[in-house]
Amino acid sequence: MSKKLFVVISILLMAAFVLSACTPKVEQTGQDQVEVFSWWTGGGEAAGLDAMIKIFQAKYPDIEFVNAAVAGGAGTNARAVLATRLQAGNPPDSWQGHAGQELIGTYVAASQIEALNFLYEEEGWKDVMPATLIPLISKDGNIYSVPVNIHRANVLWYNPAILSANNIAVPTTMDEWFTALDALKAAGVETPLALGEQWTAMHLFETVLLGTLGPDAYNGLWEGTTAWDSAEVTKAIDNYIKLLSYTNSDATSLSWQDAAQLVINGDAAFNVMGDWAEGYFRELGKAPKTDYGWAPVPGTVGSFQFLSDSFVLAVGAPHREAAIAWLRVAGSKEGQDAFNPVKGSIPARSDADRSLYGEYLLSAMDDWKTNVITGSLTHGVVANDAWKSEIDTALGLFLSSKDGAAFQTALVAACAASGPCK
Amino acid sequence: MRRKLDRDRLIGMLMVLPSIVAVAIFIYGFIGWSAKVSLSQWKGLMPNYTWAQPLLNNYLELFKDPRFQVDVRNTAIFTVLFVTGALLLGLILAILLDQDLKGESIFRTVFLFPMAISYIVTGVVWRWLMNPAQGTRMSGFNLLFDKLGLDFLINDWYTTPVWGIAFIAIPAIWQMSGYVMALYLSGLRSIPQELREAARVDGANEWQIYRHIILPLMQPITFSAMIILGHISLKVFDLIIAVAGKQLQLDVPAVYMWQTTFDGGFYSRGASISILLLISVAVLVIPYLRYSLKTEESL
Repeated sequence: MSKKLFVVISILLMAAFVLSACTPKVEQTGQDQVEVFSWWTGGGEAAGLDAMIKIFQAKYPDIEFVNAAVAGGAGTNARAVLATRLQAGNPPDSWQGHAGQELIGTYVAASQIEALNFLYEEEGWKDVMPATLIPLISKDGNIYSVPVNIHRANVLWYNPAILSANNIAVPTTMDEWFTALDALKAAGVETPLALGEQWTAMHLFETVLLGTLGPDAYNGLWEGTTAWDSAEVTKAIDNYIKLLSYTNSDATSLSWQDAAQLVINGDAAFNVMGDWAEGYFRELGKAPKTDYGWAPVPGTVGSFQFLSDSFVLAVGAPHREAAIAWLRVAGSKEGQDAFNPVKGSIPARSDADRSLYGEYLLSAMDDWKTNVITGSLTHGVVANDAWKSEIDTALGLFLSSKDGAAFQTALVAACAASGPCK
Repeated sequence: MRRKLDRDRLIGMLMVLPSIVAVAIFIYGFIGWSAKVSLSQWKGLMPNYTWAQPLLNNYLELFKDPRFQVDVRNTAIFTVLFVTGALLLGLILAILLDQDLKGESIFRTVFLFPMAISYIVTGVVWRWLMNPAQGTRMSGFNLLFDKLGLDFLINDWYTTPVWGIAFIAIPAIWQMSGYVMALYLSGLRSIPQELREAARVDGANEWQIYRHIILPLMQPITFSAMIILGHISLKVFDLIIAVAGKQLQLDVPAVYMWQTTFDGGFYSRGASISILLLISVAVLVIPYLRYSLKTEESL
């Protein structure tokens, strides 16, 4: 008897498993919905996304918002999941990505996202976003994403106390910077320039490229009009090698937070990091201007090297109209002013409500309006994934060999293999 | 009687059929698929199964790739240090425990514990212990050495240029030597006491007994342990990621495969690396399987 009962229960259980696999993934509640995919699962990012979802739900109460966020290290996991879904022909309606070539090189090249020019026309976004930004997020005149936030990559963070104790003014050119670093070293500062793990070394390298070449030649590197084997790039690599000689010996064991913290704690004078570092400093309870100061990376005054999280419209989106409604919110003044103060970034639009932002962000907003806009390499604006990963490999080899000539040769080869160079 | 046997066989076959099918699809099917991708031109998001020109192009490029050369070198250093280190330490621990120790089972458990931890946890803890910071920010072993006045031992650990990878072998040895000890201990226990007594009667001292009798008898265990440790070290990934993150100095093939495939979109290159890993592990494991099958048959 008990054996029979066991068999019956087993069969019932198996049937339950099989049937539950058959239920449709989408609950048919009769209302429209939009599935938005991101890697914003924690901290200010998730809170900012929630704030934006609230606005969306107030504006479109009939559309159900499905938050398909995947956790894990700066989106690496999420992007692998997204790739699987796209390869299986099952795209989310909209997803998050770094604006620029990271999106274009991957998803436009595979015909997975739609051009959004019509939306920019309808919403008048071209008038409220910087004119020099548009080419950086377009391909062949088509704009492919809606930037929600803007971060600045070329920020030099410094410890005001260390600089004033050594009578050093904030450097504005590469030469002034080297003079300052030499003076600090001579004065016995153990680590004049703080550096972290490999990607922060790439972050430093891109700002040195911009600082040495200037914005036009720097942009040309990514468009194929500035040669990678030119003397200017050699000069930039030389500057970079020199800068590395002022850094901490344990760089590879430090995260960006650890490296930024060296400046706050008075162990280092300078650190180059994107302006998300400011959010981190605030979290630590530090005050702007007294505990930390900021300036554009020497040589990059007048340039705003940006990176941005943006949303796209999937080709074959299951709920196209709802996805467009989401993008309208993502690009609206209301949506951006809800997201950015929480995330600690500035809106892509220049008509934001200034009363919502802190001292650093206000200065970044002023620069965003007036500066020449250039894109970040480390954060996906200027190079596609393949090109970036080849540069990352070249940089990694260089960091252990310090062979500048081999580095430059590898950069030339990377541009020819995966970039626009012929 | 015969019918019954046949029926049993049939039921038996039916029972294992699902797992045979699953293994055929999810292991051998995907190995075949990876091999196909490794011979293709797939780069970017969408699959592209066009054959590479020449067919082995991805492999030829890898052998020229300076990063892959770093990977091979790192794996070789890591494997040699890790396997010899874990074998030696495991053997020493086993011999010590074999000396009719009081509380032997406690020691045995303690030495075995690290194996229960995942490499990620080991990696994170040893990352703190082997903190290379010096001066005022010193911590971990460096701080300990400083407090004990052993300043000459303070070093850069895994950030040491060129030889950094050697330090990654330390946590790996810490984790696996207990397992090797357990293998050796069971081997030592199976040696009949008479052999040792006979040797003593012949006038051999303890060292000679170990050198000429026990160690030669341990050879099959050493062989198995080498295979097990060897294939772990060829595939090492989590430990490296946990200790060092993504930095090229401590790169190994598995990390390169992951980065180039999922960060760079070089699917065909990633597949080539995975096939090379499979071949290197197979070179190690297949002779072992043949050997153990043969010995089983002769029993």
